Amino acid sequence: MASNIKIRAKSSNGVTTVKSLMSHEMETGLRKDKETGDPIPAHFIQEVTAKWNDQVVMTALWSGGVSKNPYLSFKFDGGEKGDSIEITWVDNQGATETGTAEIS
Amino acid sequence: MIDAKRRILLKGSLGAGALGVAVGAGLLTPGAVLASWPEAAFKAEDQATALKDLLGSDATEASDAVKIKAPDIAENGAVVPVTIETDLEGVTSISLIASGNNTPLIASFDLGENAKPFVSTRIKMAKTADVVAVVKTGDGLLSAAKPVKVTIGGCGG
Repeated sequence: MASNIKIRAKSSNGVTTVKSLMSHEMETGLRKDKETGDPIPAHFIQEVTAKWNDQVVMTALWSGGVSKNPYLSFKFDGGEKGDSIEITWVDNQGATETGTAEIS
Repeated sequence: MIDAKRRILLKGSLGAGALGVAVGAGLLTPGAVLASWPEAAFKAEDQATALKDLLGSDATEASDAVKIKAPDIAENGAVVPVTIETDLEGVTSISLIASGNNTPLIASFDLGENAKPFVSTRIKMAKTADVVAVVKTGDGLLSAAKPVKVTIGGCGG
């Protein structure tokens, strides 16, 4: 599956900084369709798991209050060039996506 | 000849079977994980209820050690960059709240063993309000707030 998660991970002085950009509409469920007035169903990422090699570094729990096409950055101790970073999200409708990158 | 083909077919279907099980097991994880999504906390309409549901307490203590970076004025409430950082030790989670939103709890980040107490993301803000960060450490909940003036709200439509 082509991944829509963009990940940049950089290690410097023993600390790895990860920046990621996901592609998701992040609909709160509170908005209404401008023409019909029908509420637009909630559709947002609920959980993001970030792994360094096989170790979970961070789990983020989100509401629809995170902006559309979410940006997430975090840091962790350790990590060397070539190590893998894997980010997986799951949304409230059960869809999921995973992206991987190597630390540079 | 027929027999040989049968063997191959059997082998093929066995292989597919094993793969199916593996995928099934993989798919179970998001389901199990979703069950832990704290729905009550995210649906809570005030900060205290949200914090109680999420962290078991709303007894936060203001701390200078918790730093929030957010703009003084956000022209577009739909995209407000927020960074939370602290030098505190033993931080297990960071929660992010936009106190003026209908459902104030925006996000909660559970930090693993190696994670630094640092997160940066972009959030929606309905109106001018405080962005509140609550950091959970072994000693309790520490918080900081930063007012952000929102010119155009980012939750309606």
